[in-house]
Amino acid sequence: MTDDQIRTLVLREISKIAPEVESGQIDPALDLREQIDLDSMDILNLAIAIHKVTGVDIPEADYPKMASLNGCVGYLRARMPRS
Amino acid sequence: MPALGADMEAGTILQWLVKPGDAVKRGDIVAVVDTEKATIEIEVFEAGVVQTIVVREGDKVPVGTVLALIRADGEAALPAEARAKPAAPKPEAVPPPAPTRPAAPIRPPPPHRLRASPLAMRIALELGVDLGAVKGTGPDGAVTKADVERAAKAAREAAVSAPPPTVPPVEAPKAAVPARPAMAPADRQVAMRRVIAAAMARSKREIPHYYLGTHIDMSRAMGWLQTENLKRAVTERLLYSVLLLKAVALAAHEIPEINGFWVDGAFKPSEAIHVGVAISLRQGGLIAPAIHDVGKKSLDEIMVNLRDLVNRVRAGVLRSSEIADATITVTSLGEQGVETVFGVVYPPQVALVGFGKITERPWAANGMVGARPVMMATLAADHRVSDGHRGGLFLATVDRLLQEPEKL
Repeated sequence: MTDDQIRTLVLREISKIAPEVESGQIDPALDLREQIDLDSMDILNLAIAIHKVTGVDIPEADYPKMASLNGCVGYLRARMPRS
Repeated sequence: MPALGADMEAGTILQWLVKPGDAVKRGDIVAVVDTEKATIEIEVFEAGVVQTIVVREGDKVPVGTVLALIRADGEAALPAEARAKPAAPKPEAVPPPAPTRPAAPIRPPPPHRLRASPLAMRIALELGVDLGAVKGTGPDGAVTKADVERAAKAAREAAVSAPPPTVPPVEAPKAAVPARPAMAPADRQVAMRRVIAAAMARSKREIPHYYLGTHIDMSRAMGWLQTENLKRAVTERLLYSVLLLKAVALAAHEIPEINGFWVDGAFKPSEAIHVGVAISLRQGGLIAPAIHDVGKKSLDEIMVNLRDLVNRVRAGVLRSSEIADATITVTSLGEQGVETVFGVVYPPQVALVGFGKITERPWAANGMVGARPVMMATLAADHRVSDGHRGGLFLATVDRLLQEPEKL
């Protein structure tokens, strides 16, 4: 998957959790929780959704690495099988 | 129309999921009702057969209105002519009138009857879209939220681009009457704020609150949770809120004065412990549906219930029993970063437990100061039922239970 594809995938899962958020509003460098008001249940649901789609299991200790959209993309790129 | 919480005055029937002649059993979802706060699936309390639907889809009626009549199991059916002419003087021919009971206040409806998701129905109501005319793209042709929004957009565009009539009407056109009452999202916000305000004003007027707070060392609980979650797949992980809910339920079992209802001038303790969880809505406002029998459930069961509840609250669809029967409420504002929250008791309940953010703090124990994760737990409770001494024991019990997380 390319970075763009990963980004699209993550944004799609975020939009399911926070339907009122438009992806254009998200600054990819900033903390997602603060930008779009995600709580711990939302973060867990996002981790579960990403796991279901990509097969990548994100341990709790790695949540801080996934805080921003850019963080998510980098983290997943390093762990997803290359195709 | 059941009263789904102290703040509900009326509800609109969005959809009936049963028709006359259908058999229902306890817990079946029979109708979907819209209130200021949420779309609520109405459950039946007893088994029987639906006899008559009284309130039509789209109608808004006050709490207490009979929505439908259900003939309980074992009661004789009432023939149509007997209902039409109840005075027929033939005792052997006419069975006694069947006692009918108003349908009281779910499970997902059978798929073949599902024409639209409850969220889609609510949005259709808000946008004034006729669901019957919308082509569904969801499972089994069900109408989804996106379908409704597309239909509403198409209708707006058609209205704008429609050519003006070439022949002026002879008579003044009648004012267009919307087919259904429509509540715009902004109006829903106003309505929700109004019902929250009414319930909280009633609480502050009637309930002599007292407030207590204590710091709880969360190092054992968080340490245990971290180890536990390391062993688990992402889908099985627990949130620390689950430990708090279980500890509250077990402590409420030990201090029963904080669990139950103040009704008709007296406290009615509740044997069951249904913990209401205050969940904020993404668009603003909050709602506190219950997780049932928390004390009897495992942490895993509570986690499954909590995730399900949060997802349905965010989707705007709840079940009547969850809304109506919390016996104590928990609010956890820690996520928003505050350290202390003193709640307002939700009548007719008599206590509200608040949890703040967990922060690392200097903590003295055994003559040593160390850094520990610390959380403020508070209790707002009703002085007509309990006092600071018992309330204090309750918070001390929550603390004690959280020091042995493996036993929760």
